[in-house]
Amino acid sequence: MITAIASIGAIAALAAMFGLLLGYSAIRFHVEGDPVADQVEVMLPQSQCGQCGYPGCRPYAEAVASGEAEISLCLPGGEGAMLAMAELLGREPAKMGEIAEKPKCVAVIDEQTCIGCTKCLQACPVDAIVGAAKQLHGILRSECTGCELCRAPCPVNSIRMEPIPETLATWKWPFPTYQRLPLPAAARIEHAPSVSAPVELEQREAA
Amino acid sequence: MFSLLKKRHLSNATGRKRKLWQFHGGVHLPEEKHLSNGKPLRDAPLPAQLVIPLQQHIGAPARACVRVGERVLKGQLIGEPEGYISAPVHASSSGLVSAIEPRAAAHPSGLQVPCVVIETDGADQWAELPEPIMDYQAADAATLRQRIRDCGVVGMGGASFPSNVKLNPGADQPIDTLIINGVECEPYISCDDLLMRGQAADIIDGISIMLRVLGAKQCLVGIEDNKPEAILAMQQAVVLAATGKVIGRPRAGETGSNQISAKQIVKGQARNAFAERIQVVKIPTLYPSGGEKQLIKILTGKEVPSHGIPAQVGIVCQNVGTAKAVADAVLRGQPLIERLVTVSGRGVAHPCNSRVRVGSLASGLIAASGGYRGALAKLVIGGPMMGFRVDSDALPVTKATNCILALTPEESPDSGEPLACIRCGRCAEVCPANLLPQQMYWHARAKNLDKTQDYNLFDCIECGCCAHVCPSHIPLVQYYRYAKTESWAREREKRASEHARERHEAREARIERLERERQSMLRRKKEAIAPKSKAPKAAASTSTGAANDQGDPKKTAIEAARKRAAEKKAAAAKVVASTSEAAPKSAASQASGSAPASAPVFADEDQH
Repeated sequence: MITAIASIGAIAALAAMFGLLLGYSAIRFHVEGDPVADQVEVMLPQSQCGQCGYPGCRPYAEAVASGEAEISLCLPGGEGAMLAMAELLGREPAKMGEIAEKPKCVAVIDEQTCIGCTKCLQACPVDAIVGAAKQLHGILRSECTGCELCRAPCPVNSIRMEPIPETLATWKWPFPTYQRLPLPAAARIEHAPSVSAPVELEQREAA
Repeated sequence: MFSLLKKRHLSNATGRKRKLWQFHGGVHLPEEKHLSNGKPLRDAPLPAQLVIPLQQHIGAPARACVRVGERVLKGQLIGEPEGYISAPVHASSSGLVSAIEPRAAAHPSGLQVPCVVIETDGADQWAELPEPIMDYQAADAATLRQRIRDCGVVGMGGASFPSNVKLNPGADQPIDTLIINGVECEPYISCDDLLMRGQAADIIDGISIMLRVLGAKQCLVGIEDNKPEAILAMQQAVVLAATGKVIGRPRAGETGSNQISAKQIVKGQARNAFAERIQVVKIPTLYPSGGEKQLIKILTGKEVPSHGIPAQVGIVCQNVGTAKAVADAVLRGQPLIERLVTVSGRGVAHPCNSRVRVGSLASGLIAASGGYRGALAKLVIGGPMMGFRVDSDALPVTKATNCILALTPEESPDSGEPLACIRCGRCAEVCPANLLPQQMYWHARAKNLDKTQDYNLFDCIECGCCAHVCPSHIPLVQYYRYAKTESWAREREKRASEHARERHEAREARIERLERERQSMLRRKKEAIAPKSKAPKAAASTSTGAANDQGDPKKTAIEAARKRAAEKKAAAAKVVASTSEAAPKSAASQASGSAPASAPVFADEDQH
């Protein structure tokens, strides 16, 4: 009997001790916010465009982290962001939307038509538009994320999107695919040899 | 073991023996240098039009400083450098600027870059050049570096990094050894060979200037043993500069035989103190001995750390062409506007080396070499291993263009569709950077870029050894290039998104702050209106303690005002009385004692 009481007492004491320890560490090592959402947020392009249906990148990251949103909703992030999220969350890579990936763009204000209403200033999520009431507005190219949020509020449709031209600094080598090499232009002109049509082997490459 | 020490027979200009090391891997390639290296150096004809790209170097592009329609002279500055890592661009002949516009560049992308187009007038008239610095041994290192920068000297081995930056490693990285790269390990190319044979004295001058700038103790000139004439010419030039003596008996009929002219002997007698530190080292022919890190390993046994630069191990490496350009810049004040270019391959009628103005079109050079011959497989800028294929020959020669190759199908057979990797591991055996090409290939193919970086993708020098030996003809280097540029792009995107997030957060914080300020202003305004009903209540309660909440606010306000007036009067009287009869000290104490009473008065006044 005494043994039973002693053991119950010992277990109870242990339980209390561990309970206190756990309770203390929950306070001591408390993590503010959702660390998974933070990790997801880093993967998003931060254009704050809202194309995912959430009011910005942070809310979408939180929704993805809690499992209520699909990982394929971020269009500016494209396949890269989707694959990164799939990897992090251990989810199956989802199919991206039907919309083809657009080239990166920046917004440009047409100086002729801008009336200086400041509506686009208020819409820009990254403060990339400068201007004042009844003054011509300007867009800082280096800050613009190309989210297109400024286009809708413009009452005179004076904002257009311009693709960012590729430069030597931003050019990327293409993913290697086998093609029978077409002859250099100069040789074609001089000798005009028969050139077999380039063989597209991307499908075979993929298979 | 990669650091296998191998002693090799070796003699240099001063007769000392030098131990050589070996790098891992490497391949023996058919040299094909005989196509072009037996012919004398020629001057390429002055083209009718020069297309001079404003970016011929690593770093920020130069900014055009001439206008369309302006007449420019040979050697005149046409592009100003923007920032520290940048280089100026000069006109390579006199003529009229007909356009400043984007033109196709000699770049694998085929993208257009801003170029200054000059219609040459044939006069080839020099602009006024800066004063030569003849006494460079006494000149300040900073002055010499500035001259090298002003003359637009960049590395001419291919990477075209601004030389003045490379010659300024900083006080924390003392330079012990200057290595001059005369290896020229790629097949077909022989322009450095011809340069060393023909202008060894200039190269020695350039080396001496660089030794002066760096304060290095020694200089090693590495030359592959398949260029005996260049080695002899360089050794002769070193001894001549150091002692004034002519050594060696040049063989009759040799291209470099009559290079030691009377003029150079006179110059040599000036005794170059730096020449004693120069050692010409013959190294065994093995591709890619001319890689910067590989050459450092061969000559010194030191390994440049991963992601590091040679300056970290006390070494600076420069090409022989750069040494020549440095000599031209300092001793003659001439900017870098021409270079030697090899036009070779069995697809051109007469392969040769020529002295070419920067901005000449490749098509003109090929025409000067007798035009195309037979069917072409491809046109390559650079060597067959590390060069890149271009689709058109209407491309300008830049400071970095060392070779233009027209290859026939026999020289460059289409290996067909790549087969599956059989994991034979030969790529790893030949990799001179000690990497695992096969692993990087799998991960690059799977677009798993982080993993490729775990295998040190960025230490790959893209020499092409792995692809050369691959029995499945997998274009391995293409995969690495793809993975590298894609990684850089992702890195850029990440930085951009981080920047956007910061700006977004700053904006959110600002909006929140403005909202808070607006709220508090509203509250203050409300309070400013409210006191008519509330402040008197407070006053009444403090003074009488019997305020009637339900009473007429007007009445209570009047009551309160009266009371305040009475209080004020009383307080004033008290102060006057105390100051008139008592000491200032007691007055002060009384005044302070009355302060609490007067405080609400002022507060009330504020409100009204």
